[in-house]
Amino acid sequence: MGFPDRIERTVELAHPPAKVWSALTTAEGLAAWFGHEVTIDLRPGGTARMRWSDGSTKSMRVERVEEPTVFGFTWQIDGLPEDDVRRTYVEFTLEPVGSGTRLRVVETGFAQLPPDAHRTAYDAHTQGWASELGELLEHLDAA
Amino acid sequence: MPPDDEAIAEQVFVALADPTRRGILAALAAEGPATATDLAARLPITRQAIAKHLTLLADAGLVTAEPGERRRVRYRLRSAPMQRAQRFLAALASDWDSRLDALTDHLDRQLAPPPRPDRLTSRSGRADGPQ
Repeated sequence: MGFPDRIERTVELAHPPAKVWSALTTAEGLAAWFGHEVTIDLRPGGTARMRWSDGSTKSMRVERVEEPTVFGFTWQIDGLPEDDVRRTYVEFTLEPVGSGTRLRVVETGFAQLPPDAHRTAYDAHTQGWASELGELLEHLDAA
Repeated sequence: MPPDDEAIAEQVFVALADPTRRGILAALAAEGPATATDLAARLPITRQAIAKHLTLLADAGLVTAEPGERRRVRYRLRSAPMQRAQRFLAALASDWDSRLDALTDHLDRQLAPPPRPDRLTSRSGRADGPQ
């Protein structure tokens, strides 16, 4: 068995795609269920930021905007330092079903964290990872 | 054949479950390769206990032994297994079940039929509540 690289969920919503689209792609909509404070520049390459009441933040880069069917963004991976460049890709797909919407969310890219094949290369840079490991340990200790 | 991913993750989690072993890894991360004697000087446990923990950490692939000065073995941090465990945690931590529940609740609140007057305040405090 390998690590999960892909998370997929589908929900049936009793609301038309336009309504769902606005909940997913507007600052007001996202603030109502996702972040607490949200800004979003809704175009490919645009930036979105979410902030929660505990002070944590997450920044996203908008990748796909195909109203009202596909919304995709990349964002930081939980548990990695803020300046880590690795991102996962999240894509929402909206499909009308009767008067409602079938919403699918797929998040991929967890496997970009170093695979076994790169072990040698990473071992050569072990010292470069030392500070990152320290932060991870602090994170685990605090949890 | 790559070693089984889950077996590696399990060894990493077992290794990290112990505060002394976390202390050893943190010391190696902060100050670089060290001998068991160096570590015993820095941490509040005996050299024998350190040696035992280092064996477990080496089995998990989190440290490697290398020859040091005066034929003493030095231990070096190896973060590759940690990266793999981290990947496992990252996928688990991305919690779409609660997020989608929150989205469903939000949409249901928005489109709910107008509440009866005596229940107007039952959904407290959301500016985005029923219009």
